[in-house]
Amino acid sequence: MKRIEAVNDFVIKFANVNGSGSASANELFAKAILRMGVPVSPRNIFPSNIQGLPTWYEVRVTEKGWLGRRGGIDMMVAMNPQTWEADVAELEPGGYLFYDSTRPLPPAKFRDDINVIGMPLTEICNAVYTDARQRQLFKNIVYVGALSVLMEIEPEVIEKLFGEQYKGKEKLLSSNVQALHLGRDFAKEHLQWPIGLRVKRADNVGNKIFVDGNSAAALGCVYGGATVAAWYPITPSSSCAEAFQKYCMKMRVDPNTGQNKFAIVQAEDEIASIGMVVGAGWNGARAFTATSGPGISLMTEFIGLAYFAEIPVTIIDVQRGGPSTGMPTRTQQADILACAYASHGDTKHVLLLPEDPAECFEHAAAALDLADRLQTPVFLMTDLDIGMNQRLCAPFKWEDGKDYDRGKVMTAEELEAGKDFGRYKDVDGDGIPWRTLPGTHPTKGSYFTRGTTRDPYARYSERGPDYMYNVERLLRKFATAATMVPQPVIQLGRQQSKLGVIYYGSTSPAMKEALEVLDAQGVHIDAMRLRAFPFPESVARFIADHDKVFVVEQNRDAQMRSLLVNELEADPKKLLKVLHFDGTPITARFITRAIMDRLPSRMKSGGKVEEKMA
Amino acid sequence: MTYIAKPRLKHPTLETNKVGYTRRDYEGKISTLCAGCGHDSISAAIIQACWELDIEPHRVAKLSGIGCSSKTPDYFLGASHGFNTVHGRMPSVLTGANLANRELLYLGVSGDGDSASIGLGQFAHAMRRGVRMAYIVENNGVYGLTKGQFSATADQGSKSKKGVVNSDSPIDLVGIALQMGATYVGRGFSGNKAQLVPLIKGAITHGGAAFIDVISPCVAFNNHPGSTKSYDYVREHNESVSRIDFITPRDEIVSEYAPGEVVDVRQHDGTLLRLRSLHADYDPTNRHAAMSYMHEHAARGEVLTGLLYVDPLATDLHTAYNTSAKPLNSLDVPELCPGAAALEKINASLR
Repeated sequence: MKRIEAVNDFVIKFANVNGSGSASANELFAKAILRMGVPVSPRNIFPSNIQGLPTWYEVRVTEKGWLGRRGGIDMMVAMNPQTWEADVAELEPGGYLFYDSTRPLPPAKFRDDINVIGMPLTEICNAVYTDARQRQLFKNIVYVGALSVLMEIEPEVIEKLFGEQYKGKEKLLSSNVQALHLGRDFAKEHLQWPIGLRVKRADNVGNKIFVDGNSAAALGCVYGGATVAAWYPITPSSSCAEAFQKYCMKMRVDPNTGQNKFAIVQAEDEIASIGMVVGAGWNGARAFTATSGPGISLMTEFIGLAYFAEIPVTIIDVQRGGPSTGMPTRTQQADILACAYASHGDTKHVLLLPEDPAECFEHAAAALDLADRLQTPVFLMTDLDIGMNQRLCAPFKWEDGKDYDRGKVMTAEELEAGKDFGRYKDVDGDGIPWRTLPGTHPTKGSYFTRGTTRDPYARYSERGPDYMYNVERLLRKFATAATMVPQPVIQLGRQQSKLGVIYYGSTSPAMKEALEVLDAQGVHIDAMRLRAFPFPESVARFIADHDKVFVVEQNRDAQMRSLLVNELEADPKKLLKVLHFDGTPITARFITRAIMDRLPSRMKSGGKVEEKMA
Repeated sequence: MTYIAKPRLKHPTLETNKVGYTRRDYEGKISTLCAGCGHDSISAAIIQACWELDIEPHRVAKLSGIGCSSKTPDYFLGASHGFNTVHGRMPSVLTGANLANRELLYLGVSGDGDSASIGLGQFAHAMRRGVRMAYIVENNGVYGLTKGQFSATADQGSKSKKGVVNSDSPIDLVGIALQMGATYVGRGFSGNKAQLVPLIKGAITHGGAAFIDVISPCVAFNNHPGSTKSYDYVREHNESVSRIDFITPRDEIVSEYAPGEVVDVRQHDGTLLRLRSLHADYDPTNRHAAMSYMHEHAARGEVLTGLLYVDPLATDLHTAYNTSAKPLNSLDVPELCPGAAALEKINASLR
């Protein structure tokens, strides 16, 4: 029997039943490998329900540090009879199937080209535990124990993790350690070990941190000075608002007075949550909401108001599968156009496109600054893949001494000194007007905010020239935004290339791996990672400098490509779509194949890169 | 309304209040509503109330939704910041504004189309959340800006100007406010300024969510026989529970009513609501009694006005949220940012 042999480079998938308590055991498995200095990239794949339906946890063990999904499964821990057939079918030839053999299965249930490892988990647990819930819960720890033997994961590392998790809860600590050793003892005595997939201590994690994007964005909001958060629960964004609450309770309670330097409202719906953010932004507080696609749909009227009345608003959109309810617990990058042009009339909004939790932190704080500076809605476009999965990334960075950019807020002193105040006047030529906050001055600087058109002094006006002045100034402001947003990151191919690729957000890890794979095959491509909309000048230049540019994204309709064509008037024939939209995170294999399939045959065999593509 | 702009000059002998403003300082732009519109009377009552309360105009933030009523904040308190938001969603914007700066006074102006239809949810939730504001609905039972459609507060059986009979049950916003937990609930009539001004003064100084439903006839589309929101109808069917005096702590308190008929309600800020009870059995501090009393009168076709319920010691959202006394919008980096050292600790916990 062929068996896959790999050290620190394989994919293991756990197939469980939702609600069986497997999540923490599976995460423990991933963290133990990480603590051994070997990078991991785990992903939760879960249904939109509470209990009883299938759920999976896929862990890529990757010495090289590739954090995208690889594609293919080397080992399946098949704990869910409901998905047995599909789970078994998913294994690579020579892969390993680990299952609960308490009730033996007929040979027809297996494949000839895989290695089957049976362990009577239920029987073992039933013999030791009397309580039904314990029998269920510890089954998960028992299989982690067995796997630690099969793959040579150090038990001390797992015990240390238990120690951290159950600090001060001695009873839980000892019972978990006991379950771990139940699994280890059985595996050592009854199973063949080690198997071909092994973990070997390394030093490839460095000072990286392991965190999910929703927590990171929430922490960015704390550091960026958000004081008002209003939200309505929706997967996959809820944990962002919840993390903000957690961090605020820890770090934003005044030690002297015990009072909160924040206000968080769980609103009655998404409309109210954005309404509160608009009100707080109008009144000078930094405010944000976190939501997902259906929430964005509901918020669009207010987003238009904030755009036209010029009010700072930060929106964290953790994208999921659409349209409509779509796939609520799967990932996509499918709200790009809905957010870029949210609301009726001519509107354009600033989008930030973080690639990982580190950038979620950085961009969330930057979004609050940009919203204040530009007096407009700013969207942080993450997705379920970044938002809800823990990912290895650079540590969070913050420079003390950094001041918040509150933008052009005219003070009472400036008004008193006779500075001319016209709420919608373009004084500085950058399209950004000055504003005053309510309550600033007894007689000067007050104005009426409205969604209807007005003159530069905020006086209601339906005159064409007044309207034109306003909407053209808003375009000027948008051009200013292009110079202030995070600039794209360019990575040139090893050799000069006429081929380019544009990508953004959570596609990043898979893309980086794909580029290296392609490079090794002699296909050299220049890459540009977009980090924001509006597009800085360098984006148009990048497209102009290449004959063909692949645009890789995770939606059906090539939304970013549409935005590039629409905003830069780029030649559509030049921009080749690479689209992945089944709800799972894109893989390096998918990208590599999609690009290779489009290349002329001579290029694939290392021919001239300059060759024109069909 | 008038199209003739008022002269800017102020007569030197114009009376000023304790903060040095004349009544004119509380006015706004010239109204563009129809002559005789009840809403203009409400604007006048707001101006009177703020002047009498010695409020500095710029300490008020006035917010509204969309519709005739929601245009009115442009017509009073010209030195205050105003915000004409989106249809029916003023309450959420006001909530956010209030969270940002708890030191201003918040005046929410809305209409029956605004608050009883599209904004019913936001209205209800602002009441239950206890957002400190004076929420005034200018209720005419009709859509004026779109020329005469019934609103959700139009009484069943009432007739539109075109003669159409309304078949739907009306929504009583006072009933909803009471049920949702508003701590100051009143109903006024734009044609009765003597009652309306103290009602508004009490709402502005109230420590929690204050709601006033003001019947405000629409002279263009809902002031005809068959309408139950016309001047004539309301005058004939008005049933007042109390006559209100509003007394600031600075004023000498002099009772002009005979003992036994007067209920004094002292609010959190020391102001006194002196209610001359017109109905012997009416207790304005009993929420449940107020609800049933109101329903009984509504069943008889009577429009019950006055201060219907008050919890004089009500607190607001900031108390519930334990928000810092210093307004959130004035906190800066040292107060908000935990700093690099704290971040390093967080980094360490994520390894």
